[in-house]
Amino acid sequence: MEKTIKTKTKKPFIFYSRLYLQVLTGLKAVNIEQLLKIIRDVPGSVIYYHTHRFLQQHIYLNPEPPNDFAYWVSDVLGEDELAEMLASIDTVQFADIRSLREEIIKTIEQYIKKKPSVLKRRADEDEAFHFIKAVSFIFTTGHKAHDLSEFMEILKIITVDAIYFHVFEARLRLKQANENDFSYWIRTSVKNPELARKISQLDPYTHTIEDLRKTIIRLVESRLKK
Amino acid sequence: MSKKEDMQDTDLSQYSKSATAKIHDYEQFVGKAMVDNLRLLADRLKGKVIQNINSTAVGGGVAEILIRMIPLLHELGVDARWDVIKGGEQFFEVTKKIHNLLHGRLDPIGKHDFDIFMQTSAVNIREIDTYGDIMFIHDPQPIALIKKRALKKSSKWIWRCHVDVSKPDPEVWSFLKKFIVKYDASVFSAPNFSQRLPIPQMLISPSIDPLSDKNIELPQKAIDMVLKKYNIHKDKPIITQISRFDYLKDPVGVIQAYRLVKKYIDCQLILAGGTATDDPESMKVLEEVKTSAAQDKDIHILLLPSGSNIEINALQRASDVVIQKSLKEGFGLTVTEALWKGKPVVASAVGGIPLQIKHKYSGMLCHTIEGAAFAIKQLLNSPEYAKQLGSNAREHVRLNFLLTRHIKDYLLLFLSLYHQNDIINL
Repeated sequence: MEKTIKTKTKKPFIFYSRLYLQVLTGLKAVNIEQLLKIIRDVPGSVIYYHTHRFLQQHIYLNPEPPNDFAYWVSDVLGEDELAEMLASIDTVQFADIRSLREEIIKTIEQYIKKKPSVLKRRADEDEAFHFIKAVSFIFTTGHKAHDLSEFMEILKIITVDAIYFHVFEARLRLKQANENDFSYWIRTSVKNPELARKISQLDPYTHTIEDLRKTIIRLVESRLKK
Repeated sequence: MSKKEDMQDTDLSQYSKSATAKIHDYEQFVGKAMVDNLRLLADRLKGKVIQNINSTAVGGGVAEILIRMIPLLHELGVDARWDVIKGGEQFFEVTKKIHNLLHGRLDPIGKHDFDIFMQTSAVNIREIDTYGDIMFIHDPQPIALIKKRALKKSSKWIWRCHVDVSKPDPEVWSFLKKFIVKYDASVFSAPNFSQRLPIPQMLISPSIDPLSDKNIELPQKAIDMVLKKYNIHKDKPIITQISRFDYLKDPVGVIQAYRLVKKYIDCQLILAGGTATDDPESMKVLEEVKTSAAQDKDIHILLLPSGSNIEINALQRASDVVIQKSLKEGFGLTVTEALWKGKPVVASAVGGIPLQIKHKYSGMLCHTIEGAAFAIKQLLNSPEYAKQLGSNAREHVRLNFLLTRHIKDYLLLFLSLYHQNDIINL
């Protein structure tokens, strides 16, 4: 194992980053029926934006605020029980946006059945839910790690957007809920399955991105010290 | 005390940073890696000329942002330029009407006004050289320049709307829409400003500059100097609203909220801002505010001349709670400024304010005078909670509303014009 840590890997880890531009769809909802209908119809990039936006825009908060739908249902419609149900959808279990969208729809539909009075709730125009999509820009940061030591040093200096890309977007790109780019590289190139397992098991949705950075650095550091 | 020392004790200009900041100066706020990202994005725009066009070279929010942004774009290697349209008094009277009507205010407008607008536009279309690869047109005044796009078919045109158009006057919007639909993309500052349009609508929030006089860190001495200047003692908690004296900012409502708080907590209120000299209504509002304040010595009404940036900065920093009880708001940059200073803010859930404040996470949103008073009481009675909100607020602004994020969004916007997909590999 000692050998694999110090040896340069054949395939270096290339650090990418992802930035995004917010595009207004012009669609808005002022009640739960409208919200449900639009959630059914909009492109996946809109669902992705509203379930992941908080992670990048509120990285300082721990615990994170929930997804946009839960926040709006609670703070604007005042429907706390539904908000709690939407907030507790375990995003980490879904390896694609299609199944995440289905779970959100199912949760709202079941709630309406159980409590039809929610249909009477209506937001002011000023507090309507506006649907937004993200256009993602992916680019290489110019940083490359050939071994764990370099990997750790680079991890310390890259932006949260880069960490976001390799942890959150990777899950959807790789279509594996329990894998991210870091764990994949450590498993396949560094050949350290134990460290890879520890990193892949981190639930990114219950950490701030800065926490994730620190935790991964700590895990790599303790591996290097062994 | 010598005359020189005496001057130093009263001269606020010693805290002013008039020199233009360099891009690396922002690393202290957003980190080197973020500034490196800006360089990487700027690199992808090599060879493109970005031509900004607006209606004024000085004064007003657009000019203020371009003055600070253009040198930074140059430093990043982006060939950004800036031209200004011409217009006479009549033209700008019409554009002021258009502005008011877009904001939802009543202001009579007729065919004659639209004719004046088109006559001046025709002169600008004739005289302004539109040489940019990317034409970045700010606000309604130069909007008709889109008629020149046929001259350079490869050019891309963006219309940047800095105005709150959540409830625009239908006649004015329909007049402007004829031009807007011919652009490649539009940009709005808040989600509720978006309209049904056949062209892409980007959401790009405005920003504050942490190195400007309004936001730069101030030593306690400077804050004390400003308090002394306005005869304010820090013996009671300070609640402050900074905004011009305008009905839409509801200064009388702020006094009512303060009075509800004052029943339980001995505090003081600062209402500070300017009046527009060409706006008789603002003088009327100021008089009403003075009447409402009556003889209460704990209400400080400060009429600040334009350019009182260090003073505003110091008043915000001296406050225990900052309030923005607007009835209608554009983006609400005074809120951004207070959040950046780590202040607990109570603000109405209007315009761009909900983008900046997540209720109970980074500030408190309110809808009524009573709600505002309740939130202020909570914050004054729970300083630890207020501190946590303030700390979250500063971090939220650091990540989302500083000038560097604004530059990043503009660079992405320019790049997006050359791609069609939702995922773009640069």
